[in-house]
Amino acid sequence: MDAVKRYFRSPAAVVGLLLLLVVIAMAITASWIYPRDPLALAGRPLIWPFSNPRFLLGTDNSGRDIAAQIFYGARISLLIGGVATVIAVVIGVLIGAFAGYYGGWVDTVLMRITEAFQTLPNFVLLLVLVAVFGSTLTTVTIAVGIVSWPAPARLTRAEFMSLRSREFVQAGRTLGMKDIQLILGEILPNALPPVIVYASVVMAVSILLESALAFLRLSDPNVASWGNLIGLGRDVLRVQWYVSAIPGIAILLTVLAVSLVGQGLNDALNPRLKSR
Amino acid sequence: MRILSLAGRRLAASIPTLFLILIGVFLLLQFAPGDTVDAMMAQMGGGDAATARELRKFYGLDLSIPMQLGNYLWRLIRLDLGFSSIYGKPVATVIIERLPPTILLMTASLSFAFFFGLLFGVIAARGVNKWPDTLISTLGLVFYATPSFWFGLMAIVVFSIYLQWLPAGGFEDIGAVQTGFGRTIDIAQHLILPTLTLGLIFLAIYLRIMRASMLEVLNLDFVRTARAKGLDETRVVVRHVLRNALLPMVTLIGLQAGTMLGGSVVVESVFSLPGLGRLAYESVVQRDLNTLLGIVFVSALLVILVNFLVDLLYARLDPRIQAEA
Amino acid sequence: MSAADNTILTIDGLSVKLPKGADRSHALNGVSLAINANEIVCVVGESGSGKSVMANAIMRLLPGEVAIDGGRVLFEGKDLASASNTEMRKVRGAGIAMIFQEPMTALNPLRSIGDQIGEMFEIHTELSKTEIKARVLALLADVRIPDPAQAARAYPHELSGGQRQRAMIAMALALDPRLLIADEPTTALDVTTQAQILKLIKELQTRRNTAVLFITHDFGVVAEIADRVVVMQHGNVVEQGAVKDVLTDPQHPYTQQLIAAVPPLTAPPPRALSEDIILDLADVSKTYRNGGFLGRGVRVTHAVKSVSLQLPRGATLGIVGESGSGKSTLARCIIRLIDPDGGSIVLEGKDWAKLTRDEVRHETKHIQMVFQDPFASLNPRRKAGDLVAQGPIVHGTPRAEAVANAKELFRLVGLDPSAIDRFPHEFSGGQRQRIGLARALALKPAVLVADEAVSALDVSVQAQVLTMLHELRERLGLSIVFITHDLRVAAQICDLVAVMKDGEVVEHGLAGEVFGNPQHAYTQALLASIPGGDFARSRKPVTV
Repeated sequence: MDAVKRYFRSPAAVVGLLLLLVVIAMAITASWIYPRDPLALAGRPLIWPFSNPRFLLGTDNSGRDIAAQIFYGARISLLIGGVATVIAVVIGVLIGAFAGYYGGWVDTVLMRITEAFQTLPNFVLLLVLVAVFGSTLTTVTIAVGIVSWPAPARLTRAEFMSLRSREFVQAGRTLGMKDIQLILGEILPNALPPVIVYASVVMAVSILLESALAFLRLSDPNVASWGNLIGLGRDVLRVQWYVSAIPGIAILLTVLAVSLVGQGLNDALNPRLKSR
Repeated sequence: MRILSLAGRRLAASIPTLFLILIGVFLLLQFAPGDTVDAMMAQMGGGDAATARELRKFYGLDLSIPMQLGNYLWRLIRLDLGFSSIYGKPVATVIIERLPPTILLMTASLSFAFFFGLLFGVIAARGVNKWPDTLISTLGLVFYATPSFWFGLMAIVVFSIYLQWLPAGGFEDIGAVQTGFGRTIDIAQHLILPTLTLGLIFLAIYLRIMRASMLEVLNLDFVRTARAKGLDETRVVVRHVLRNALLPMVTLIGLQAGTMLGGSVVVESVFSLPGLGRLAYESVVQRDLNTLLGIVFVSALLVILVNFLVDLLYARLDPRIQAEA
Repeated sequence: MSAADNTILTIDGLSVKLPKGADRSHALNGVSLAINANEIVCVVGESGSGKSVMANAIMRLLPGEVAIDGGRVLFEGKDLASASNTEMRKVRGAGIAMIFQEPMTALNPLRSIGDQIGEMFEIHTELSKTEIKARVLALLADVRIPDPAQAARAYPHELSGGQRQRAMIAMALALDPRLLIADEPTTALDVTTQAQILKLIKELQTRRNTAVLFITHDFGVVAEIADRVVVMQHGNVVEQGAVKDVLTDPQHPYTQQLIAAVPPLTAPPPRALSEDIILDLADVSKTYRNGGFLGRGVRVTHAVKSVSLQLPRGATLGIVGESGSGKSTLARCIIRLIDPDGGSIVLEGKDWAKLTRDEVRHETKHIQMVFQDPFASLNPRRKAGDLVAQGPIVHGTPRAEAVANAKELFRLVGLDPSAIDRFPHEFSGGQRQRIGLARALALKPAVLVADEAVSALDVSVQAQVLTMLHELRERLGLSIVFITHDLRVAAQICDLVAVMKDGEVVEHGLAGEVFGNPQHAYTQALLASIPGGDFARSRKPVTV
């Protein structure tokens, strides 16, 4: 409860949460406000924003409603960002926990693999994965999750290594607890808060990675995604720059919201930084 | 000498990592729909099955996967990356042609991000929770949240289309044949926007880390000792805090080298720079898997090289590292 | 008292306020004291007494929102409490110098010792580089560092703890300050090193006529070094006077209580020991290898070298030694947190050294451990009652029964049974140590291993916990292995004492004999190093 109170004491964290709630609301209400397919032709192409009340944010080069695409795009960004983050954090926590708790050769092997993933530029690996498995919503989401796990793994490993030798874990061992009881009951609850905070960074990066992929037309072309729209707008950048500008602002605000929430969580969950 | 042998040992330890990556990606690419020969046939505008079989035999693609892998690794040891059917040149040649713009871009972006990250981080930490700190930290968050390709496009709209100050893309003016100084200036002009675009997110990361690191070091006991000696705040920061606070920044360069190289894929595409990143994108679109694998190899080498340099730098900054050797 | 010009520093009604949300409004409430030339004034108090805040307030080095809000600090005719920052910088280092508790963190890890000492001259004098270098070497020689030239080139991590503190002292005395503030400068050091540093401070003080304000929590140190003593509690000075008067005839009840809590060095009369040996260690060894890469440069550390000891049923065996002596490794070998390389550990007929991991998990209820750090040894995310009930639940006791027993155990260790629903951070250090004890006792062990169990506690709390251990030993028939670096504590509670050095037991026997008539040179050196040894010996053992 203290953590909740601390969270709401920070104006930046509250702004972040409100922004995030707006994006979530957009994602939920998209099909209710815009019941038609957002990728279907809606009107004359390249209508400037605020010039036609029917298309508040104008239309793109194919005459599709930009506002509708922004609403539906929120769905895709949150979906891919959220699921990829869960994938990355689950893999990362599993690998980091085993490496950090057992040490020795288990650690050496797991860390070598992690290092390999970090040595390979993540976007290049993403390209390879998309080249191999294709660009559907599912494959892109999984691919983004797969390239993002090394950082949470390292963080979890570091936490486990420091907690493993703490006296309260040793005390658990002298009480006769099994490894799994120590890992789940004693270490994990204490190791998780920084990992949860880091998950916001993973989510921010995931959203950016997907949008970059979509911008390069390597993501799923059959869904309304902010990145797709920016890529599309590139063709008319000289005059109708708004086609690219509007979805970019949507990405910026969403990632900003996620980052602000993460920072607020950090200050709320790890108050020792301030008090000591 | 000790520093060099220490970093050298770390370098040697990354060789297994390199092989792990290559074997992993090689096996992964076996799952790809279509192989080099398919790409070639498409390039040639189709062909019959017999020609395809011939070509597969010629390139050793009819062998079992472990055999192919063995062949590939053996050729790699002789620095032979294979042949690109799309470009009609050896992959090594294609990559070497594309390397200079990427290396220039990375060096420039890293320098830009590191220098300004350091500067803004220090300014923010010195006046923590005052307006310069709030401004810098907010800007840092916004920069971090900005998609680089979008920033690049908007920069083109403003600086190339409306103001017409800077070129919108390319590595140099192809129309005018220039030499020496003129060419340098021309390339520099072409690289300003890409550098800002790629460096922006790293600037945000570095300034955040530098600020946090400064604040942490400022709380350490030896800073109190320095103040107890009678040092003024400027000297406390310059002589005692800065070098200690730099250590996490330096570590971060190594960790982020891969991310930066990945970022260049997008930025080079936005600005049509003929670099390694754009090559990676093209080889994915054109299914040139040989080239893609070659790029994986070279980019891993680049990351390992950056980490080697970072190790050297770190060991120079921190005497405790040598004690561990 | 008459010579007012003899006074170096006068603190007059000094108040320091704490930020909002702290447990009290002021760290210091109108503190007044004076320090004369050529004297050592010790400020003693327990944690939270405000003694360190006072030291930092004099130097105006208070952190963030902690600030002076009343009173004066007069030094050389100036009021430091209201001096400008520029004026303050001229005083710091040159007029008043300071040394700190932890020399490792108080020195910049990235700059050489010579460089850091030389900085004093760079800031405050116009000396040339060569002159500075010569002065640095002279200073290092003055604080008796064996090879000054090498030490000047060395980085902090390359020196031992004692040498680092000597380097800090050299730095502080570089400009012949009129006042030296020493904030617990020997607390982080081993007892023999502490004795050397105390001797050095005393010697330099006499030679250079520096006044010293010495902050400590240890009345032994006070007896060893002080001319005058100031006793602080909750930010107030409760008593001050000449050291002899305060030690022998304390006036304020708090001072009396503090002095009474100081463990005397004389052991109580020996108790009759049982013939029945409950724990029998024979040739226990543990060797570490590390730093090896591809078989090169492997460092071998013999942490424990064939230790053989016996613990009679119902007795307490003290294992004393300095850091690195292997006493904690031995304790962890006994309860198998660490696997010993060789030897046998026979507990009630079973050889613990040879049990498998699974067997250890089942047998562990017979032997339990109390840990050192009351903050790190309790999982911060579990309620106190759960922490105590955890062991029995793991061993198959139904939850409800285990929680009911936990309440009983809380009563046993002197805690309120209704507190079982609180989290560890809601308890004080002493209370947490009681929870740790209750957790260990919940499994009804025959042997209790206490690893520095009272070392992190203030003296008065330490005395309470020791008394409780005494009582529990009698009531529950416990046998105890008591690991400590503090010989005074060992003398209080142990029937038998083993002295360890570099992984070996150099001497062992009845506590009274080891302390009264030490045979080994190292034991003699340890005993001679105890600060205020004469004072400690003069006091009668506490009869519990």
